[in-house]
Amino acid sequence: MLRHGKVDLALHHLRDARSGGGRPLLILHGLGEASPATVPTWADAWPGPVDALDFTGHGLSTIPRGGGYTAELLLGDADAALNALTDGDPERSITVVGRGLGAYIALQLAGGRAAQVHGAVLVDGPGLAGGPTGPTSQSFFSLPTTGTAPDPYALVELGRDLRPPDYATLFVRLALAGSDLDEPIAVASVFRPEWLDAVSREHGVMHASLAEALAAYSS
Amino acid sequence: MTGTRAPVVTERHFGDPASEIHYPGAVHPLREYHLNENGLDIAVHEWGAPDSPPLLLVHGGFDFARTYDVFAPRLAAGGWRVVSWDQRGHGDSEHPELYSWDADMRDALSVFDHVSPGRPLPVIGHSKGGALMTQLADAQPFRFTHLVNMDGIPYNRRIPDVAEHERTKMVSAEIAGWLDHRRNTATAQRKPGTIEELAKRRGRMNPRLDPLWLQRLVTTGGYESDDGWRWKIDPSMRFGGFGPWRPEWTLMRLPGLPMPFLGILGREMEEMGWGTPPEKVLPYMPHDGRCELLDGVGHFVHIEEPELVSEMVLDFIGDPGASPIGAGS
Repeated sequence: MLRHGKVDLALHHLRDARSGGGRPLLILHGLGEASPATVPTWADAWPGPVDALDFTGHGLSTIPRGGGYTAELLLGDADAALNALTDGDPERSITVVGRGLGAYIALQLAGGRAAQVHGAVLVDGPGLAGGPTGPTSQSFFSLPTTGTAPDPYALVELGRDLRPPDYATLFVRLALAGSDLDEPIAVASVFRPEWLDAVSREHGVMHASLAEALAAYSS
Repeated sequence: MTGTRAPVVTERHFGDPASEIHYPGAVHPLREYHLNENGLDIAVHEWGAPDSPPLLLVHGGFDFARTYDVFAPRLAAGGWRVVSWDQRGHGDSEHPELYSWDADMRDALSVFDHVSPGRPLPVIGHSKGGALMTQLADAQPFRFTHLVNMDGIPYNRRIPDVAEHERTKMVSAEIAGWLDHRRNTATAQRKPGTIEELAKRRGRMNPRLDPLWLQRLVTTGGYESDDGWRWKIDPSMRFGGFGPWRPEWTLMRLPGLPMPFLGILGREMEEMGWGTPPEKVLPYMPHDGRCELLDGVGHFVHIEEPELVSEMVLDFIGDPGASPIGAGS
């Protein structure tokens, strides 16, 4: 378990590096999901270790009291995993694959820690669309909770999280400015909501299948 | 909208009035309790007679309900039951795992439903509290008879004359700084000091406020431990941060507000303020709204000018006997 603020995060080590080693691959799940129990088949060929993180309120991670989720909080979760997988060494890096909501967080991590994310692959999954792109008339309410994952507040709050396209593309620009890769972001999703469509049209973004993107980032 | 379970109300006495530094006109709340509806204890403070019609006071970010110790009694003297609460992580409320605008709003609804179930009431918000209540008034107008927003109308201050690549660097540093802070929040503690030292630190952000008032704030918003005084606010919180929200979006909610609206803006710009130029706000006034501009007053209009602002507010919200939940009803 990792500690992020007052939350215990479950970081699942799915597999050690193959002989010869390589940088860690971090898998970020979608909204309402949890980490896979075993290495997904699409990651079989990855040379390095494979790990997966349960976001706050998901899987085996802490379920907070009274909600308060934001994508930026989950970015902090992913950054805690990055710190653990690199043993706190800012010279080391990881590759990230994010599904759905995890894709949005992978993009943010690639921008926020550009020098330490050697490629972020954005793929389809629950929570990919997110919420609106501007001010809304959404209301506010309490939810019944049972203390089990996934937390209903996570489902509601992260499902309507604001995602303006120019906010998303900011992270592409940050990634490009701080990465040693020419294309630090790979869009492998079929569905491209507004924010992701904007991301996919940015300079420095690769359009590739998941397998192609992983092959490109594995060296 | 709330009320998935009955809230638990636990009477409390936060702090020791005898240890609070005396300040002219300041009054310790008459009633204090924890309200717990969503698994979190929210500290509520009340002034005035319990059977008077209620109004709500909502504090700003990095503040707490006791910053109304002078302002609230003046409103109570006008015949109101004045209720304020510490937002999660602030004052005497619990420090939860997460913070967000939505979560603050949910906590607020617990207080609304507890204080005035099913009936509208006047609401007065300062700074972030004003911005929160402006959005709530737009989303749930049936809860408000009047809305007063005290220097809580955010405005986007885009830094001029900075090249795009420099702006990218600034954002990058801001995000990295925030992530570095998040990595340390599990063990973070507020810096201890004497009452005078904490007051001086706060005074750097509030240079217009009376040093004696700032010292009183330490004794109402801080606690004393073996190595000195610390602010009660959750050490995991900090100024700044980033996200998709844009300050100017609050402005867009103003024109459609259906309840009487009073904006009170101080013309003197301060670090804790929003830096909102009045001329940017005036075109957004709702049909039944107006904005008062106070010359020579900073962000904390109700602390700098409690007499003027409380009279302005009492005049605006009218006779408590005419309230939908007037005394005796």
